Amino acid sequence: MQGSRDDFVIAIRSAFLKKETQQTFSLLGLIFFSIIILTLASFNFKIINYTKTIIRDGVYKASFIISRPEKFFKDTYFITQDHFKLYDENKKNKIELKVLNSKYLLNEFIILENNRLKSIIDDYLVISNQTIAKILIDKKSPFSRTVITNKGSKHNIKLGMVVLDDEYLIGKVVEVNFLTSRILLLSDLNSKIPVSIEPSGIQSILSGTGKDDGKIQYFKKDYIIEDNSIVYTSGSGGLFKAGIPVGKIVNGSLNKEKKVNFFSDFSQLRFVKILSYEGSKIKAEQEAELKAIKEARVKAEQVRKAEVVRLKNEEIRLKNEKEKRIKAEEEFILKNKEEKIFKELDLKYGAKCKKTFFNKLYKVGTAEYKTCVLNKGPKN
Amino acid sequence: MTRINKQNFTRIILSNAPIILLFISVLNEFDFNNLGLKYFSFNFTYILIFYCGLRKNMTLGYGLIFLAGLINDAITNLPMGLSSLSYLLICVSASYLKTITLRPSLIKDLIYFLVTILVVNSISYILLPVIFSIPVEYTYLLTNIFFTFSLYFVFAHLFRFYEKMTFGRFDV
Repeated sequence: MQGSRDDFVIAIRSAFLKKETQQTFSLLGLIFFSIIILTLASFNFKIINYTKTIIRDGVYKASFIISRPEKFFKDTYFITQDHFKLYDENKKNKIELKVLNSKYLLNEFIILENNRLKSIIDDYLVISNQTIAKILIDKKSPFSRTVITNKGSKHNIKLGMVVLDDEYLIGKVVEVNFLTSRILLLSDLNSKIPVSIEPSGIQSILSGTGKDDGKIQYFKKDYIIEDNSIVYTSGSGGLFKAGIPVGKIVNGSLNKEKKVNFFSDFSQLRFVKILSYEGSKIKAEQEAELKAIKEARVKAEQVRKAEVVRLKNEEIRLKNEKEKRIKAEEEFILKNKEEKIFKELDLKYGAKCKKTFFNKLYKVGTAEYKTCVLNKGPKN
Repeated sequence: MTRINKQNFTRIILSNAPIILLFISVLNEFDFNNLGLKYFSFNFTYILIFYCGLRKNMTLGYGLIFLAGLINDAITNLPMGLSSLSYLLICVSASYLKTITLRPSLIKDLIYFLVTILVVNSISYILLPVIFSIPVEYTYLLTNIFFTFSLYFVFAHLFRFYEKMTFGRFDV
């Protein structure tokens, strides 16, 4: 017994401490180093986080290049698969297209109406920042369902931004490096988002399963969720805009786990849209716009009033001028008339009023002489 | 001259093939997940490290294994150092088996490999939920262990073939 224990100890010591020809580092030393790194990582040490970010940026790019051959085979496999399905899909698509075309017009109307109503209740959100990103790495790990994109903080990517594949929600940004970012897919065990199940309108939480689908959590067992019900984001919590399509309920009978098949196939992601929705900003913008309009109106009113006053003054001025001119003309005419009469009478009665050596009458050209002439002679 | 250079280059590539394979495997996991087969996945890195730990010809440096672990952690979003620890523990196990074995056989290696990956994975999967609060899907992990164990046999034969082609002999 003692002998076998000694053998075990010797073998273990040999396994740990024997430096073989090509080994530069001690195995035991590296194990201790790993444990130290793990311990520091568990306490969220800054140095470890910085190192992690640096390694990640480099490793993601390298992994993208190394993954090219695998991606090529993967793409070839899917292209071949798609090719075989093409004919049937085309037939099916034609029928669907007809139905969709008829629905399209109705939808347009509903969308416009919805936007109008949402703007009334201040729930109208707009895309404030949208970036198209390429999927660099798509690793399926038992611990996480995440993908790496080629856009990072350099491209204004922020934590918590929404990620869409076409118009379907696929996840959110959970890690941002300088050149890359990690997206937590909806199928991840840690993913939990508030959803609304239509047409019944049940509010619940959609959780990932760690596989390719999701499940509905936290709702009353009495509710019956029908098969093929559509799952949309409910907008609760403020991160996601309400009404983004997520998936379809399968196996929706009572007392069974409600599974959700996502609209987007997470294994086929190539390009995704990373964006954020902001409602408050648009509200502020609208308010600013309204204020500007109001100010412009006030200003326009003031200008109008000033113009009215100016016009009134101008009118009065013109009227006065006109009156003055008329008066002057009248006076001028009157004066001319008097002058004419005076000249006529002067010829006739001038001698009667004119001052001479023998009488004491009026001197020619004086006002008295004029009055005398107009009176047809001196008054006695 | 060119011919000699080409031969040298091929020899360098072939003799360093395990290291190249190790880094390719961590950067681009050989798990055939893209086939979409439900539950089918295996850990090629474990197989490679364990096999190389038992052989004299196909030695991987412990430092490189440690680095590969860090890269794997970065890619699979695990806590830094966890994969390195797992890989190094597999090295310890392989080294121990190499020391105690006088007459190596594939079956013995296979059984020992199963025990090793069970122990190493247990350590990892205890650490993940307990310390780092990362939920683990155990069905997936068990099937992963099962397929890793099953495929060791296939890869061991492929590596033996490679050893014979590259080094001209199969040496333990």
